[in-house]
Amino acid sequence: MQIKSRVAGDALYVLLCGELDEHSAAYTRITLDEVFSTPSLKKIIIDLSELSFMDSTGIGVLIGRYKRMKDRDIPIYITNPSPHAEKIFKMTGLYDIMPKIV
Amino acid sequence: MKYSNFMEVTFKALSVNEGFARVCVASFCVQLNPSVDEITDIKTAVSEAVTNCVVHAYPTAVKGDVILRCELEDDLVTISVTDKGVGIKDIEKAREPFYTSKPSAERSGMGFTVMESFMDDVQVASNSFGTCVKMTKRIRACESVKVG
Repeated sequence: MQIKSRVAGDALYVLLCGELDEHSAAYTRITLDEVFSTPSLKKIIIDLSELSFMDSTGIGVLIGRYKRMKDRDIPIYITNPSPHAEKIFKMTGLYDIMPKIV
Repeated sequence: MKYSNFMEVTFKALSVNEGFARVCVASFCVQLNPSVDEITDIKTAVSEAVTNCVVHAYPTAVKGDVILRCELEDDLVTISVTDKGVGIKDIEKAREPFYTSKPSAERSGMGFTVMESFMDDVQVASNSFGTCVKMTKRIRACESVKVG
């Protein structure tokens, strides 16, 4: 897993590259919490165009980040999910808390 | 005559082996000419089953074995993921969507639900000596299988 991030205005863009499973979950959690701690953010956009694999462990990681950001009132959006990731998001209702944007 | 083939690998219940298990099964199933969607479904189900072994089967620092077996019979794929761990106390509960025995660890509790959605059938057998998850999927895109 490789995580790239950039701030544009009050938005944080995060690109997840690689596979998100139990093996990469701990690193992903720690890294996302670190970049999400950027001050004065208004929203976070997670780009999944480079994510080659994800299972339900990834859902757990994303829900955990949502809970943390909810406390700071910062919404998280998902963009460019693969059809496979989309299937898991719809199954688990993740889009209800992290809407998809184009 | 029915086409049949199988493979079996044993590895330690470590998260680093999840990717190996996925690729191993996917590579083996290629001989049935599955679609990309079917292969991704199988990889995900395998990942969920192996994750359960890694996270739940061996609670102590000493990690035991995971036995991954994949059988092919014509267009039918049967995968079993077996551990010799502590077992699942309540299988019915474990299979419920969003149920997790480790809520504090940010687990989605969707592992079995994902397996059930991506495979045609999922069976779980467990006792205090271990757990076996057996999953089947028919490869629809399968037109012909290699013989010989």
